[in-house]
This record gives sequence, structure tokens and C-alpha cells, in this order.
Amino acid sequence: MKYKLGTMAVAGLMAASPVMADLVFPSLSYRTGPYAAGGIPFADGYADYFTLLNERDGGIGGVATRVLECETGYNTEKGVECYESTKGEGALVYQPLSTGITYQLIPKATADDIPIHSMGYGRTSAANGDVFSHVFNYPANYWNGASAAVNHILDMNNGDISGKKIALVYHNSAYGKEPIRTLEKLSEKHGFELTLLAVDHPGQEQKSQWLQIRREKPDNVIMYGWGVMNQVAVQEAANIRFPMENFIGIWWSGAEIDVTPAGDKADGYKALALTAVGDDFPLYDDLQKYVVDAGKAAGAGDQLGTVPYNRGIYAAMLAAEAVKKAQEIHGVADITSGMMRDGMEALVITEEVMAAAGLPNFGPTFSVSCENHGGEGMVAVTQWDAGAGEFVQIADFAPTDMSVIQPLIDEDSAAFKAENNIESNCN
Amino acid sequence: MLYREAGDFSTTYSQDSQTFPIRFDRWRYYAVLFVAIFVIPFMVNDYWVNSIFMPFLIYSIAAIGLNILVGYCGQVSLGTGGFMAVGAYACYKLMTAFPDVSMFIHVLLAGGITAGVGVLFGLPSLRIKGFYLAVATLAAQFFLVWLFNRVSWFYNYSASGQINAPERDTFGILITGPNTEAWATYLFCLIFTVFSAVVARNLTRGSVGREWMAIRDMDIAAEIIGVNPLRAKLTAFAVSSFFVGISGALFFAVYLGAVEVGEAFGITKSFLVLFMIIIGGLGSIFGSFAGAAFLVLLPVLLKVVGVDWFGWPTDIVAHLNLVIVGGLIVIFLIVEPHGLAQLWRLAKEKLRLWPFPH
Repeated sequence: MKYKLGTMAVAGLMAASPVMADLVFPSLSYRTGPYAAGGIPFADGYADYFTLLNERDGGIGGVATRVLECETGYNTEKGVECYESTKGEGALVYQPLSTGITYQLIPKATADDIPIHSMGYGRTSAANGDVFSHVFNYPANYWNGASAAVNHILDMNNGDISGKKIALVYHNSAYGKEPIRTLEKLSEKHGFELTLLAVDHPGQEQKSQWLQIRREKPDNVIMYGWGVMNQVAVQEAANIRFPMENFIGIWWSGAEIDVTPAGDKADGYKALALTAVGDDFPLYDDLQKYVVDAGKAAGAGDQLGTVPYNRGIYAAMLAAEAVKKAQEIHGVADITSGMMRDGMEALVITEEVMAAAGLPNFGPTFSVSCENHGGEGMVAVTQWDAGAGEFVQIADFAPTDMSVIQPLIDEDSAAFKAENNIESNCN
Repeated sequence: MLYREAGDFSTTYSQDSQTFPIRFDRWRYYAVLFVAIFVIPFMVNDYWVNSIFMPFLIYSIAAIGLNILVGYCGQVSLGTGGFMAVGAYACYKLMTAFPDVSMFIHVLLAGGITAGVGVLFGLPSLRIKGFYLAVATLAAQFFLVWLFNRVSWFYNYSASGQINAPERDTFGILITGPNTEAWATYLFCLIFTVFSAVVARNLTRGSVGREWMAIRDMDIAAEIIGVNPLRAKLTAFAVSSFFVGISGALFFAVYLGAVEVGEAFGITKSFLVLFMIIIGGLGSIFGSFAGAAFLVLLPVLLKVVGVDWFGWPTDIVAHLNLVIVGGLIVIFLIVEPHGLAQLWRLAKEKLRLWPFPH
């Protein structure tokens, strides 16, 4: 309440408009449960960025922002409750950070004219904006991730991986199953052999999966894990002495907290990345000055600079840029969720935009259009340096194999379109 | 003063054996039904239906179903989540295979299919009892979840393994999908809840229910006086699974709209429904409602009070919720093992004499 009054006071002072308008960003976070390890830093980063905008710039375009946090515990039922309780407050965009909740909100939010930004998660075929009018998954999606992992393995093997064995260790849920079809197509194309190993929620029990890896000795392991599953998997890989440089996690399996429990044995573990690593950006100086030193940091304020925190910052930055775009298109400062959707659809992230936001070279450049809600799908690769205790970017943002991914997106979205009688969004 | 039977004369047997023999109680029941059917639908919005009424109604059906098996027939089951999943996937397959059929029929058929599966998993109950049966139903829980994860026919070969409820209607009114009206989904669930409660109540006080209770109280004695244990146990499994299946179908199609079997119908769901009937009261229809209301409403209430009123951090409130629910379960088991239903009974006794207790 205090916080709410505070932001309202700021809005009252700064806003050009006489009404106490604000831009509402619901944050369906999870600070409890087996996935909290990733949920806390992301939620902190998301909230801190908007606090910074309020403190430093007085909001976006003169209108203060307000983050409505609602605890989901990664649970779909609570996600529905959170959605229903926050949408009436003028929510602009939902970022549920859960593939399960995203699936649930796609039809609901579309009917309520509220956009969803599932950044690097959610339904991959939502990249086809012609079918999914209100869902965005730029800058990259799960299938880009699968392709990027295979591309990296190709690079390691001088472009030839025929006859190699690759195992996919995945969270046995919609999230983990997403890349399977892409990897199957890629295995046909490149001639590698794919083994699928499912890990059930929450992922603490993986002995049998790693026993199988030990027996079958795959050349590479790709992991789609989240929460406590990551730490267990890295530990198990270390236990069977699986060569860490051949173990690649998706961007959700690449946080500091995932590898530190395994200690030095985790050295060399690789993970894909959506953003640059570390806190060596001009934005962090402002964060320190306006948010941390002012005592306004979300949560415990100890997550700055970690990978999921940076991703929260990035998600908030993209949302803020979309708001600016929407304000520009419609000429109103206090935008609605429908205008927000238009802003997201016209979003262009260039190097200048990122530099202006204090985050030069932080993420890939991309542009969104009506047909393409997924951006260009550029993915980087990072590697864990246990000695220094940090992830190091070892490959720059590189394109993925859209010749395989695009037909899959078209196929899956066409099925959804037919199933639900959806009209074309573009034209 | 309230709940007094004075002046309430039964002149026929049917009057004597009705569900609410006391006139005041009967009128209270009619009043609740009247409010639920004719007042609430005109007042609700999306938030009230999706966050409060719908989960309450759907969990009530599941609790009634489990109560028949555990509370009335004494067969401990930990497979509720799995049976709800059967209802949900049956409903999904029916909805996608026969798009023009009314949702009422789909939900009832889903219940019927679940009843069949329930009977199948109830067969071991003829040989094993107590904890061993609990373990056998636990196996059903894990097997069913594994099955729906593994066999892609059940989720129509979708890439993610999720099932999504397409738009379906009944009598031209949309019941599933995103464009439903709050009152329509509420009434749809309410009809099934009232139907389940009335059927369950009438079954449990008839000959079938007496057989169940005889088996529960002492199965050997029941067999000696002529109760067929095969029939009694299997009907209990069938009826129980029928209701649980209906609740699973509604849970997926009307309430959530998209589910993933491991997350929505995991072992935690089985325990949640079991806690509902333990807190509510074993062997009581009212207890099923009370337990469902308690476990559905308490987290929402705590959230509203903690986060929206006091502005506490969301994680503190979420943890507090676990502490309070856990503490209350322990307190209930110690202080009132018969649950909220017994408290209600005692309150009625007290109210009958109030304000002159002597």
C-alpha cells in the first residue's frame, strides 16, 4: 500500500495529465516452490527496471508505471486466479514466465484484448502473428533454442555430426516437450541419433536418466530444465563424470544458481543465452543509484547481475520500449492494452534503442511485424567458469535454422487456426 | 430457538425420511439454492466465477466423489488426481471427436468412462485393505498420469502434450473457450454440483449406501448379514469415480481450459481432495462442501487480506498460507477429527436450545 501510494504520488507530481494515470504491468511471479530459484531473480529484475523508470524518468512518456505482483508458485490454477484479479486493474501485458500458464492465457487474453509476451517460452508457434494476434515470443523461442544447441554442436564438430548420439533431458511438461519435434527434424537433416529422457516435475529424481546416459554414452546432452531440476542434472552429470563442455542447457538452465551447487565439477557447462551476461552496463549504475541505494529494490535486492535477473531487466525493457512505440503510434501517453499490442507489433529493437536504454550489446537486434511475432531468433552461447564464478559468452548472437523451424511453426499454427476457427490477424 | 422440531409433525413416511426433516433447515436449504441459482448469476463477474465459485463447485464434486469411497465405504484412495485426469482426457477426446454434441452429454459421458476405469482399479480392493489399498490406488495415480503423458493419442498428437478445450456450447450457450459469459459457466458447474450432491445424498441413505457403510464399519460382519462385498465395493468405486470424473472434466474444460496432466492432476491433487474431506468431515455430504470451500477460499482470502490490504510481499503470504493450512489440518485432526461437518452439527444442537440452554 505504501509503495502504491508512493508511485501514485510520483505520478501526481510528474504526470502531465491531470488524472493519476498509470501503466500497469502485472508480474505473475513465483517466489515460492521448486521453481523459485529462477522465479525470484526474474521478478526482481522486472520490478526493479520499472522502479528505475519511475524514479529516474518519472515513468514512460510521463506516465508512472506500476508493477502488480501476484504469486503463482508456477501453478496454473493460481495463474488463472492472478490473471483474473489483475486484469481489471488495466493490465497492459502479461509475462507469466511459465509455459503452462501461457497456454492457458493465450485464448483468455486474446478475448480480453490484452497482449502476452512469452519471452523465450510459451507456445512456440505463437511466433506466427497471423494466427496468434495477441501473443508475442520475441526475441527467440524454444525451437530456435533447439536449433542453436545443435548448431553449437555442429561448430564443435566442424560441421559434421552424422552418427553422433545426442540425448535430450527434458522437463516432462509442455515446456520440455516443445523442442522434441524440432530436434527430430534436425536429426533427420544432420543424421544424428536422438535419445529422449523425460524428467518428471519437480525434477529432483534423475538417477535413472543419468544412469541411462552413463550406459549409452551420448556424445552430447541437451537439457530443457527449470528450477531445481537444473541443479540436480548438473550435479548428476558431474557425478557420472560426463564431459561438461558437451552438456548444453537451454537459456532456462543457465543461471549461476544452477551450477554453483556442483562446485568446480560444473566447470565448462554450457548454456544458451537470450541476453548478455554480467552487470557491466551503464544501466546498472542507474539501478544502483536510483533503486538499490534508495532502498527500493524488489525482494532481497541480492540478485543484481545474475542471468535470470538480467532476463527480467530485458523483459521489462522490451515492454517499456513497446509502450513508447504504442504512445508514438496512438499519440496518447496513458495507453490501453489494445494500444500496447499495436506497440509490440511495431517494435523494432536496434543497437541505438538498447544503448539509449543503458544496455548496449545486451541482446540481439530484431524487429517484430504482424506476421512475425517471434523476431529473428538469434541466440548466443555461454559457458560456466567455475573458477571465476561467472558465465562467459563464448559465441555471439547467431541465427538459427529457420528452414527447419518455419515450416514447423506454420504447420502447428495452421492446426490451431483450423481447430479454433481463427480469422487472419494481418490484412 | 432455531432448528427446533416443535410443531413439525410428519404424517407420512416420505415426510419422515426427507433429507431435511426440520422445517427451518429445509427453508434454509431452499434459500441457499434460490440465492445460488437466481441471485448469484446476475451479480458475478469473471473474477468471482474463475477464482472463487468455479473452483469451489468443482472441488465440491470431487470431494463428494471421494467421500463416497473413503467416508462411506471406508476404502482409502489416493488416486483422485488420476481419476480426474481420466475425466478430463475423456472429455477432451469426446469434445474434439464430436464437436456438435452438447457439453452436458460430454461431461456425463466423461464421468461414465471414469466410472469404468475406477471399477477396474477397484478390483484389487476385494483382496487388499487399508494401507495396502492406498498404495494400490497410488499406483493407479502414477500409472494414469504416465499414460496420458506417454500416449500421444490422448492429446491428439499436439507438440506440447497440452490439451486445450475448444469452444463448445450447450443449447447455443458457450460453455468452454475464452468467450464464455461468467454466469453461463457458473450455472453449468452449479447444475452438476447440485445434481451430484442430490444423487450422492440419496444413494448414501438408501440400501446401496447402507451396504457401503456396513462394509466400512466391519466387512466380515457385513458379509455375514448378507452384504455382497464385491457389489458394494465396486459400486462405491464406480459411483465415486463417476463424480470425480465429472469434476475432472469440468476442471479441464470449463475452469482451466488447458491442462497438462502432470501439473494439474498430479499426486498433490489427490492429497488436496483427501484433505478436503478430512477437514470437511468423512461420511458427510455437507462436509464435502465445507472442506472444498475451506481449502479453496482460504488461500484467496489470505491473499486478499495479506497482499491487497496490508501490502505484504507475495512470497511471505504464500508461505504463510502453507503454514496456516498445515497448522489447521493438525488442529482439526486433534481437536475435531470429524471435521467441519461435526462442528456444524454441534452448532445446530446449540442453536436449537439457544437462548435458553436449560
